[in-house]
Amino acid sequence: MTTTENPGRGSSAVPPLLQTDALRVDYRTRDSTVTAVQDVSIVVRPGESVALVGESGSGKSTVARAMLGLLPDRIARIASGRIHLNGTDVTDFTASQWEGVRGHPVAMVFQDPLSYLNPVMRVGRQIAESVKRHDKATRDVQARVAELLELVRLPASTIRSYPHELSGGMRQRVLLAIALGCRPSLLIADEPTTALDVTTQAEILALLRDLRQRLGMAMLLISHDLGVVWEECERVYVMFRSRIVESGATQEVFAKPTHPYTSGLILAAQAARDSNGRFVTIEGEYSTAQD
Amino acid sequence: MRSYILSRLGWGVLIVFAILVLNFLIVHMVPGDPLDALLGDFPVPPGYAEQIRTEFGLDKPLSTQLGLYLVNLLQGNLGFSFANRMPVLDLILARVGPTLLLMLPALFFAAVFGIILGVTAAPRAGSVQDSALTALSLFGYSVPIFWLGQMLVIVFAINLGWLPVQGMMNIRDQLTGFDAVLSVLRHLVLPAFSVMIFYIAIVSRVARASVSEALHHDYVLTAKAKGLSSRTILWRHVLPNAMIPVVTVIGYNFGHSLTGAILVETVFAWPGIGNLFITSITNRDYPVLQGIFLLAAVSVVVINIFTDLLYAVLDPRVRANHEAR
Amino acid sequence: MKHANRFITGMAKHPSGVVAGVFIALLALVALTVGFFHNLDPYVLSDDSMVAPSASFLLGSDELGRSVLAGVLHGTRVSLTVGFFAALMATGMGILIGAAAGFYGGRLDTAVMRISEFFQVIPSFILAAVIVAMTGTGLAQIIAVVGMLAWPQVARVMRGEVMRVKQLEFVDAVRCLGISERRILFGEVIPNAVAPVLAVGTLIVGQAILLEASLSFLGLSSAELVSWGRMLNSGQRFLFNAWWLSFFPGTAIFLTVLAFNLFGDAVAAVFNPRNAR
Repeated sequence: MTTTENPGRGSSAVPPLLQTDALRVDYRTRDSTVTAVQDVSIVVRPGESVALVGESGSGKSTVARAMLGLLPDRIARIASGRIHLNGTDVTDFTASQWEGVRGHPVAMVFQDPLSYLNPVMRVGRQIAESVKRHDKATRDVQARVAELLELVRLPASTIRSYPHELSGGMRQRVLLAIALGCRPSLLIADEPTTALDVTTQAEILALLRDLRQRLGMAMLLISHDLGVVWEECERVYVMFRSRIVESGATQEVFAKPTHPYTSGLILAAQAARDSNGRFVTIEGEYSTAQD
Repeated sequence: MRSYILSRLGWGVLIVFAILVLNFLIVHMVPGDPLDALLGDFPVPPGYAEQIRTEFGLDKPLSTQLGLYLVNLLQGNLGFSFANRMPVLDLILARVGPTLLLMLPALFFAAVFGIILGVTAAPRAGSVQDSALTALSLFGYSVPIFWLGQMLVIVFAINLGWLPVQGMMNIRDQLTGFDAVLSVLRHLVLPAFSVMIFYIAIVSRVARASVSEALHHDYVLTAKAKGLSSRTILWRHVLPNAMIPVVTVIGYNFGHSLTGAILVETVFAWPGIGNLFITSITNRDYPVLQGIFLLAAVSVVVINIFTDLLYAVLDPRVRANHEAR
Repeated sequence: MKHANRFITGMAKHPSGVVAGVFIALLALVALTVGFFHNLDPYVLSDDSMVAPSASFLLGSDELGRSVLAGVLHGTRVSLTVGFFAALMATGMGILIGAAAGFYGGRLDTAVMRISEFFQVIPSFILAAVIVAMTGTGLAQIIAVVGMLAWPQVARVMRGEVMRVKQLEFVDAVRCLGISERRILFGEVIPNAVAPVLAVGTLIVGQAILLEASLSFLGLSSAELVSWGRMLNSGQRFLFNAWWLSFFPGTAIFLTVLAFNLFGDAVAAVFNPRNAR
């Protein structure tokens, strides 16, 4: 693994919001044990915008969920390594300990917002739950919910809507509002735009950029879309088959990739054709977590 | 929502009409003179047969007969039972009470137990408790309800003597007031339990499947990521979603439990509709049989509509789907 | 042959289904052969009435001295006959009607759905009892009534499967060969859609047996035929002193219905279209 380590902003006195050391996650199926993630060390400091990039099956979603203890607890296991949230070692946290730590300062949004919202509860109430949980000082919860909706550029009338009444883009904004209700310092976004069409994608990304600037929020963006990463993130970690194969400042990594996988990824993203007019592909078979 | 209510009511009216037509057709499907079907086999006074013939227009074309039949029905004329010397409608209404007394508490407790069993078994999928529940459900679903009643009588009433064998109340002692209520309750235990078994079986099965599925839904992940406690997640997010199929299964199986109650009443000589049904079969009192079918079918339709509406209240997507059409 | 192999290997994963299947086969065997055993005649009267289960009468005797064992064994014939033929009728009707509704769609489909909704809503047992009470208790009648009340279940499953299969590409491929719609329906679509229907058919056998038993419990059965439900009907009077008159026939009904339910569940799991892909 090659790194061009970027010291990043912030002094060493402030603990990074997120830090993992040689993390390894195994999945136990009935017949075998599969290592989904190994030797993964990532760091996100306050205000930074970092990407975790890789194709399906590379393990990036597993990393994201492990950060908040959201892995299925009977199947998944942290085999070795450590996770630190805001200086606290959460690796061995029990379920009830996790409940105290999620949401603030680290919140998460997911892709495919339709299934990630409770279909029988009004959207406003789902946002209010965040507020009541993390913003105990707020007297007027409704006012705060309206404020959050405005922050994500949704009309106030959305409070009374049900998820199925909203468009995909609107639902994603609701998920954002829910996350923001936790007043996070770091937002982990697991493929937030994958389920959306291109125009809506652009809107959501613009919104995320705006929010980060306004709130000084750090972001860890999980994605397989290099174009998005190039636009939005200062640093990038490239994952391939459960490991990080490259990391560093986005511009440097994309300009001068040192790992063949990264080069292949970039070329494929640029839809480059070789001398025979065929698309450049990455050698080897479709990777799964079992490789 | 309003258009959904209207469409359900409209459907209900249509179905009830179809039931009435069906009832009418049965009378005319019977081999022989439809008059026999309307009168039954019980000896009737001489002029009565002629009166019925005119009232129902049996010598007129079928469509006129249908019309007359419907008109009679709407006036509450379901015929006359000579075996019981009462108009059919009054007879049935008089006997409805005991049947409701048997069914409603049984359904209520069965629903509650079924839900509790299903909800507690769901997180422990694959455990011994879970397998036991599945086995019990299959048992409850397959056992003939009247045989179950008989076995309960033999074990608990005859051999152990804990509970009375038959009837609704101890008539001999001429009890009043609180003693009477207590007597009724003692007599209610075994028949109600027989009715409950089927319901507990299906409710617990659905509740378990539905809760264990809901626990894996993605919105649970969002709720966890928000930092909510697992208790809050269970009560505010999982259960409201998981209970929807449970509520609908309870409502839509009402007809089945009505059938069960009828069979159970036979075993326990419970003085309700079921008992009336079987004595009318023996007496060949056809107007009563048809009247019971009519009332049973209509009440099932009503409960079905009510369940549909409840479903729409609990799940907003149902209302939206309806409007989209 | 390939289908048969797949069925057998599939069923092997469901031991309860296999046990149930064996039990059903045994029942069928009993039903077919019991008539040849003259010492198992259920109609023979004797002076040994109301005898408890013992060496002479393994399952006891009734108020007329008839052997309960013989009665229980003979009861398999009525139950399996009604169960099998009613299910056959319901399945046959259901397949044709459901396939037509799913394939042709439109108003035929709406009409079929409305009709099957109707049959699902009305309390079928009460209707069956009223009809049988008024039209007679012959075996054929009972089979017809039960079959007529059960076809909508089959039709719904068939319709769903047909709607799924007709969209598959091979159907269009066959269409391009110029084959008529009707032959496509019968030759291509139905054979590929029919598997889940078999599971429903099995469950209907169980329902039919229970329905027949319930009807004969209320006295709505032919007096000449030995039926488990009818034995429970007579046993009702003797609950106090002859528990065996109710216990054994009832257990027979219970085990038979249970077996068909277990077998049907196993068949459903094997033929689940999701497992095949």
